[in-house]
Amino acid sequence: MKKLFVLLAVMMLVVTGHALADTPKAGGTLVFGRGGDSVGLDPAYETDGNSFMICDNIFEALVFYADESTSLEPGLAKSWDISPDGKTYTFHLRKGVKFHDGTPFNADAVVFSIGRMMKERNVKFLDKGLKIPAQERPPEYWVSMEMDDTIGAIEAVDEYTVVFKLKRVEAPFLANMGMDFADIISPTAFLKNPKEFLRAPVGTGPFKFVKWVKDDRIILEKNKTYWDKTGGPYVDKLIFRSIPENSVRFLELKTGNIHICQFPNPADIALAKKDPNLKLTVQPGMNVGYLSFNHTKEPWKSNLHLRRAIAHALNRKAIVDNIYQGMGQVAKNPIPPTMWGYNKSIPGFKYSVDMAKAELKKAGFPEGKGLPEITLWSMPVARPYNPEGLKVGVAMISDLAKIGIKARIVSYDWGTYLKRQREQPADMDLFQLGWTGDNGDPDNFLAVLFDGLASSSIRTQWKNEEYHKLMLEGKQTVDQKKRTMIYEKALQVIFDDVGAIPIAHSTVIWPAVNKVTNFKLHPTGSVRMKNVWLK
Amino acid sequence: MLAYVIRRIFILIPTLLGMSLIVFLMLHFTPGDPAELLMGERATDEALAQIREHLGLNEPIHVQYGMFLKRLAKGDLGETIWTRQKVWTEVKQRFPATIELALVALFISCFFGIVFGIISATKQYSIFDYISMVGALAGVSMPIFWLGLVFMLIFSINLGWLPISGRLGIEYDIETITNFYIVDALLTRNWPALKDALWHIIMPAVTLSTIPMAIVARMTRSAMLEVLRQDYIKTAKAKGLSQFMVIFKHALRNALIPVVTTIGLQFGVLLGGAILTETIFAWPGVGKWMYDAVMQRDYMVIQGGTLFIAAIFIVINLCVDVLYAVINPRISVQ
Repeated sequence: MKKLFVLLAVMMLVVTGHALADTPKAGGTLVFGRGGDSVGLDPAYETDGNSFMICDNIFEALVFYADESTSLEPGLAKSWDISPDGKTYTFHLRKGVKFHDGTPFNADAVVFSIGRMMKERNVKFLDKGLKIPAQERPPEYWVSMEMDDTIGAIEAVDEYTVVFKLKRVEAPFLANMGMDFADIISPTAFLKNPKEFLRAPVGTGPFKFVKWVKDDRIILEKNKTYWDKTGGPYVDKLIFRSIPENSVRFLELKTGNIHICQFPNPADIALAKKDPNLKLTVQPGMNVGYLSFNHTKEPWKSNLHLRRAIAHALNRKAIVDNIYQGMGQVAKNPIPPTMWGYNKSIPGFKYSVDMAKAELKKAGFPEGKGLPEITLWSMPVARPYNPEGLKVGVAMISDLAKIGIKARIVSYDWGTYLKRQREQPADMDLFQLGWTGDNGDPDNFLAVLFDGLASSSIRTQWKNEEYHKLMLEGKQTVDQKKRTMIYEKALQVIFDDVGAIPIAHSTVIWPAVNKVTNFKLHPTGSVRMKNVWLK
Repeated sequence: MLAYVIRRIFILIPTLLGMSLIVFLMLHFTPGDPAELLMGERATDEALAQIREHLGLNEPIHVQYGMFLKRLAKGDLGETIWTRQKVWTEVKQRFPATIELALVALFISCFFGIVFGIISATKQYSIFDYISMVGALAGVSMPIFWLGLVFMLIFSINLGWLPISGRLGIEYDIETITNFYIVDALLTRNWPALKDALWHIIMPAVTLSTIPMAIVARMTRSAMLEVLRQDYIKTAKAKGLSQFMVIFKHALRNALIPVVTTIGLQFGVLLGGAILTETIFAWPGVGKWMYDAVMQRDYMVIQGGTLFIAAIFIVINLCVDVLYAVINPRISVQ
């Protein structure tokens, strides 16, 4: 009996202890180690991950992405209605929300924040005295997402209702409104000093901006009056430290000086796994690295068998195992498997030297005879979707040699690479590139990357009428089930026609010290600290 | 003397202009486009056109250079392409960090370099001489990057004596007045932060000082050896002067002239070496900033930054020339 009591007591202790361990604890300072400093902190004008990472915690948008996916949830707008023709979006805003400077969040703030990015400010405020100053420079994201072609007018109907009138039906519009560039800022703070807002940002988010020591640290503190009382923010202070060298950043993590280490060297991940004080946060990246052809010239433009021969010749598994060091998966579709619209029935290109040789023969180049030496453009920089473009290029060249195709690597500095690639020069045969998704919508991959008929800016310049029609249909269909079917079909078209060869989707792995709890990597790459707490 | 200094300062202007022209031309003939790098994979023709227009990159080169000079005449180095801030503001925030690091490194390299050089020269072919000269050879040949990491492993990870990286621990905050942390901590009497700032500067400064230290040591040794063979040293010894007086009063002063020239030049080396040291030790200085600017083709930062560094370098060389006259009155400035 006595033993039973002891056993019960111990069990109670374990259970309560466990429960305590799972109860979020407020307080403490969390230090995040990253590879570089932010460029600026005005979400409308930034383009880099290190800037958005801070904006993610200071600002909020009308629409939120779910914790671990890109499905949409109410954000600063508690609900929205879409007109039957799909061209009018009415957002009903949350009441009682305040910016960090005390300015109340309302319809005018929304009109101001989004309206300032418009080329022609077709906006209507409730407060007639409110005016948007002239743009300092073009808002890059807004322009590249062609938002001026989408949004016609923004109007504040009453204190908590905003209407967006679209110029065309644009199914990804709502998803776009969840992106960083569409964050809502405090008009008061912006108007006080528009030129300095990017260094003194004011939003409604769970953390407030405190201080920025360039190239050293950015300090944020808990927003004690945060509107959402259901979760965090828990930590009192957030410090983002810039430590450029990967191995040094990892040393800082091992000694406990930082709590989370962004982008460690692959070799250090193996060490982190063995370290009892560290744990790994893993997230399949919403990205794709691909190889494509110069579709503007022959033989690539019209020789399907040749494109297919290349696709079968590449040993992509070996590339993922050796160059991605296992931190990724071989791609079957050019969108990641976590995204809706992914076509599971597509088997992907099988690695087979025999199949490749047979296709090459059908293409009119048996054993590679008759095909002059080709160029394979390889990326000079590490990107999230391709850690080492040059090594990937070398591996591909040796794969191609096995079927008799002679190829050589061409590379430039990154800016020149991007520029010349867009020009589709005659000296480019194959090229590597990739993409990291912005908003979880398949359109953001499939139309932006492969619909060459839509614009001369599309990097692949693959032109396929059927695909183009599907892309237009996808944009103009609001129902997600129908859209899923459209994109599944489009993926089949691109696979059959070998518009591009998807190589891999990389996996993001960031180690953290054990006491960091509830830290999740988001598919969009955003770093949200709201619900993170320290044990 | 004063006239000489003023004349030298006037020569500074054409030198800087020439340098700015060379840098400008080099930048614009180097492939790469800041607009393209800003937008990365998502560049569209329209977005690129808008940014180029905004940055004035569509203008002919001579017009762009003219705009740069016009701003410069007003004392304005322009606005950076990436961070959209005045170049001068960015320089002000970062330059003190680099200068602070370079000065401490210079002090370490001069002190130890001269001391080792003197001992080696006075005890030529002794064990100490061999060890210090082999050490000097090693110091010149060791890559800063590798050495920095080795120091970190020994002094931070294994011994736990020094912090790994950064300029100040996260628990400290310094009210910035001059942005020289050591000075600011002294001015605001923030003793814990002063101690922490000193603790943080030791390892990067020692790493950065190895190459100049080795060069100064070798230079001091050979200069001293030459001077010690002179007749007046024999005379001094014959007079019955102590060894200390002979070395420090008669030999060192004459041996110092080539050493001072070397030290002046080494300051430039320190500013260059700072790029690597700042990267490994996460030191928020101008070296890493300039490196990033080159990679991102931030023309404004590169032009403004090089101009500023060149000006500093010229002024330091001027100081060295003035120092000659102080050390050796026989050299009069013409």
